[in-house]
Amino acid sequence: MYIYDEIDQTLVDQRVNQFRDQVRRRISGELSEDEFKPLRLMNGVYLQLHAYMLRVAIPYGTLSAEQLRKLAWIARKYDRGYGHFTTRQNFQYNWPKLEDLPDLLAELASVQMHALQTSGNCIRNVTADQYAGVAADEVVDPRIYAELIRQWSTLHPEFSFLPRKFKIAVTGATADRAAVKVHDIGLVAKRDANGELGFEVTVGGGLGRTPMVGPTIRDFLPEKHLLSYLEAVLRVYNQIGRRDNMYKARIKILVHETGVETFTEMVEREWTEIRDTAVELPAGERTRVAGFFNPPVYDKAKDAAGTLRKHVGEDKAFAHWVDTNVAAHKAEGYAIANISLKPIGGVPGDATAEQMDAVAALAERFSFSEIRITHEQNLVLPHVRQDELYAVWQTLKSYDLHTPNLGLVSDMIACPGMDYCALANARSIPLAQEISERFDDLDRQYDIGELKLKISGCINACGHHHVGHIGILGVDRKGEEYYQITLGGSGAEDASLGEIVGPAFPYDKVVDAVETLVDAYLDIRADGERFLDTYRRVGADPFKEALYGTD
Amino acid sequence: MTQKVISANRLADGLVVYLAADGSWSKFITGGAIADDDAGADALLETARTAEEDRLIVDPYLIDVAEIDGEVRPTKYREFIRATGPSVRPDLSKQNYAPDAGVQE
Repeated sequence: MYIYDEIDQTLVDQRVNQFRDQVRRRISGELSEDEFKPLRLMNGVYLQLHAYMLRVAIPYGTLSAEQLRKLAWIARKYDRGYGHFTTRQNFQYNWPKLEDLPDLLAELASVQMHALQTSGNCIRNVTADQYAGVAADEVVDPRIYAELIRQWSTLHPEFSFLPRKFKIAVTGATADRAAVKVHDIGLVAKRDANGELGFEVTVGGGLGRTPMVGPTIRDFLPEKHLLSYLEAVLRVYNQIGRRDNMYKARIKILVHETGVETFTEMVEREWTEIRDTAVELPAGERTRVAGFFNPPVYDKAKDAAGTLRKHVGEDKAFAHWVDTNVAAHKAEGYAIANISLKPIGGVPGDATAEQMDAVAALAERFSFSEIRITHEQNLVLPHVRQDELYAVWQTLKSYDLHTPNLGLVSDMIACPGMDYCALANARSIPLAQEISERFDDLDRQYDIGELKLKISGCINACGHHHVGHIGILGVDRKGEEYYQITLGGSGAEDASLGEIVGPAFPYDKVVDAVETLVDAYLDIRADGERFLDTYRRVGADPFKEALYGTD
Repeated sequence: MTQKVISANRLADGLVVYLAADGSWSKFITGGAIADDDAGADALLETARTAEEDRLIVDPYLIDVAEIDGEVRPTKYREFIRATGPSVRPDLSKQNYAPDAGVQE
């Protein structure tokens, strides 16, 4: 893991002290709310429906056991004993008091964490593949580059007041687990014919009001030019992105309205000016940062697989969990253990302080003290010996963290919705709970297979509904909650945007509608087809007919 | 005119509050002073602005309410959730959540 140097720590500590003084001045009346609001937002503090909300960055989704334990401790001391993992690998506290926030941020800083750039029109928390460093299909650990981007973009003076917020995601694998194509910039590491490392660069992806899959503007960017190229993209956007209309201010609108070709030419022209100058990534710095992400020293776990097979043979429930939640690790005898934060009837992405402590303890004992956060709101123990998976699972079971549903219909993304969010038009969480309860029979979920269901409570799409195989969007219709259903979206390497299937449903008809869609799929699927495959093969008509009849 | 009360968030802890008839801020909507006409609503807003200047609250605004069975209730669902708490966490509702009863350290 990356460890702060003196510069990082000083910067974060200074920011806490500045914010402490800003809060003091707000409470004493030296600052008005209008003056204070942009300052608190720069420190991740929102005012939500019920209270303040603090959004904490978890850079590229990597946490140490010590950090997770601190998140739990803060949840008990300064909040209400729980927190929420978001679709951008952030963590949110729902009830902090303004007067406590400086102390809370100081506690975070003591474990090298912060809430910088988790709000505002700047470069936000850089996200990455949660299997970084352990995936078998990986060219390079993307966190090396995510960390370099974090350092480059933190308090970057030129990019602190962009036309709108800016999100970057990086993967080093062929399977896209980080939804990179629906980010403002997506980076996919690859090697060229000579074996040189570089990136495919997509620009202008995004969800929200105007969803777009980001087009590729450069098929291969040599690794050493990463920062100068990003700087060129940001410069073009910063100069001509629309500041006159908030709804047209994201880079996706600029790329779309300018045209990909023209936009690319502008970036390349800018890049020609600045490449090979001081903005370039120094080779020594790349090596230094890469050193923090060296793999741990794995045991020679040569009998681990045999022991795992024995446990699997003896315990059917464990076998199910291994089937769905455990992924292949690149080191022999090891496995990646996914921890679902989607218990049947639970709140997607929420974890109690006790659960966080339990996962931190498991990480310390079984996973080199490392935890990952996924954009699908789950946790990961990235390096577990196969013969220790059974012990991990038994502990998970006693904290209701053992739901074997990864990638299945009940493993939904849901934004906080109108239960917490000031922007929402409708609730997301209770719908997610009811859908998971409807499909609580795991055998049925296994039969249905991979099905990515994603729910947003408003058009801002924090719940990624556009890229759900089934997407659900909450809308307000004369004070009533209604839900629009989209089909055929994907946030993976085969990214696509869902299409609206027909008229919206009132709250109490949505679960039935989802079940109708799933049943329609089961009726017409071909062997081996996922819901998404069937939809892509047959189109919307059979699903429309199932939902609305043949009129 | 629809009946209205003033809602806001308390500056110090951000919690949802309602302006009461005596000028204090109540955590419960049932304590909210009701305006029956525009003049009444303006007077409540004036009091709220003073409270804002005094740094008791932020973002005051009028919400629509109705008296149902003698109880003041918001007419919009969003305001109902603000008045009661997250619908998915009844344990954290305004009525049930008691931090001094051992939830926190």
